[in-house]
Amino acid sequence: MTLYGDLDEISTIPPPTSADRRPEHNDTCVTHEIRAEEDLLSARHAVREATLRAGFGLVDQTRIVTAASELARNAYVHGGGGTLTIELVQQTGRQGLRISVSDDGPGIADLDAAFTDGYTTGAGLGHGLGGARRLMDEFDVTSAPGRGTTVTAVRWSGPR
Amino acid sequence: MTGGPRGGVPILRLGDVLVTGLLNELDDKSAIAFTEELTERIVDDRARGVLIDISRLDLIDSFVARTLMELTTTARLLGARVIVAGMRPAVAITLVELGLQLSGVETTLNAEQGLRALGWEKAPAPPTERGVS
Repeated sequence: MTLYGDLDEISTIPPPTSADRRPEHNDTCVTHEIRAEEDLLSARHAVREATLRAGFGLVDQTRIVTAASELARNAYVHGGGGTLTIELVQQTGRQGLRISVSDDGPGIADLDAAFTDGYTTGAGLGHGLGGARRLMDEFDVTSAPGRGTTVTAVRWSGPR
Repeated sequence: MTGGPRGGVPILRLGDVLVTGLLNELDDKSAIAFTEELTERIVDDRARGVLIDISRLDLIDSFVARTLMELTTTARLLGARVIVAGMRPAVAITLVELGLQLSGVETTLNAEQGLRALGWEKAPAPPTERGVS
């Protein structure tokens, strides 16, 4: 076996991610496909687990998982499915959890209306988007008709 | 498993009261199946009251909230009073922030208070061994 062969073999081994070794640091990133109804449940489990790893208390855990559940359901019901990404993030000593939900659905034509409690184009209560925003510290929606929707939300631990 | 609980939790009958609960692993299908089964049981058992224990539920999102509100309304139209018991404090805080007050849904702190509200009193303590000659 040549030296180059050895190197090739080594290079095919994926580098250990920080998720494997140091889950308390950032760049931990998990992605979940939301294609079927069952995926909503597994997405919730993944978010719950991440909140535990980030050290959130019980109320914050519940807030974050509930917000994620609303966003994942929006992507499933209105966007025809999508992707949920969970990231542990850090900022000036604070630990945070970022959840992003993207779909390739029809997009949201009127964002202001979508944030209004009671506004719904589906069969829900119309509290999903506005409610999820209240449960998180940072909340950003990117959407345009025909271009899908991406919601990114962060909750920070500690005093706010 | 024919006749098994479709919503995951058995529905017990105590006199004219049905007692059941929701589990934390509630997906949409289970929630809908639960609603249908409970509605049928209210009619079949001529129930006047329904106690739903939610102390195992670690999350109520807008879907579960809607399920509980619709279930309560449907039961009321069938002449039964629904009490939702045992909501966890973290769930209550989150629900309020989410903007959902479960309007029209009667709640109690725990299942015992719920049963009492539905007419079931705490049984007297059983006689002790010493009292028996």
